[in-house]
Amino acid sequence: MKHALKPSQYAILITIMLTASVGDTLLSRGMAQVGAVDMQHLGLLWRALFNPYVILGIILLIGFFASYMTALSWADLTFVMPATAFGYVVVALLSRFWLHEHLSLYRWAGILLIVCAVGFVAGGPSRTEHPEEPHELGLMDSGAGR
Amino acid sequence: MTLHPSQLAHQWSAIAGVAALAIAGEVLIASAMRDLGDLDNHRTGPGLKGFLGPIKAVLSSVKFLIGAACMALNFFAMLWALSIVDLSLAAPAIASLTYIGNAICAKLVLGENVDRRRWLAVLFVCVGVVLISK
Repeated sequence: MKHALKPSQYAILITIMLTASVGDTLLSRGMAQVGAVDMQHLGLLWRALFNPYVILGIILLIGFFASYMTALSWADLTFVMPATAFGYVVVALLSRFWLHEHLSLYRWAGILLIVCAVGFVAGGPSRTEHPEEPHELGLMDSGAGR
Repeated sequence: MTLHPSQLAHQWSAIAGVAALAIAGEVLIASAMRDLGDLDNHRTGPGLKGFLGPIKAVLSSVKFLIGAACMALNFFAMLWALSIVDLSLAAPAIASLTYIGNAICAKLVLGENVDRRRWLAVLFVCVGVVLISK
């Protein structure tokens, strides 16, 4: 069975890919500005809540969690997982084209592998359907026997 | 850097512990969402107010609450693990272990049909994550 996702469901999957990675990147940028937080400086955590990068990062991560759960309400966990893994690719590409960091050959290979993984899973069904699927197959067999 | 075997065991049990919490959280949340079904069907009306239905449905699921608690614990356990394991080892190791564990639990606990292409995807992502964090 081929999966038929609605355009809105594709949008949710793309939101998952983008929000998790960009949100994490923004958080790490903001926390780098705030400084190291340890047991003696817990007050810094409060200050961090007023850092624009941290605020934007938190908003994006809330968006990620909401869209992740929405996706799980109509797709298998093993179908959604590669979408979250694609976040690593987005982070690597962001660091290459936005922060102009150098990407080693290893990293490009890693990107390629994760892209392939997304391709494998996206080519299959999005949801395991339990009720009486073999039944259909049986009918087809009897048809072929005539 | 050479490590004493007991130190190594300590590090890897921290990694495994963090991954186990993540797996428990993700599988519980996935199971809760599977039980609820398409969240669109829980919408109480058009507009932003309609989202109250899905939010209420999710928050009243015990599985979801336990799963979310596991995720929260996972977050703090991760901070603790980073104090004994280098980030360059911890991040890819935890991500890969969580990924494999999720696939195994999705098959055994959630009853998902993890076919050959999905196992291949698990393998590719694990190797890919390790390569990307090099």
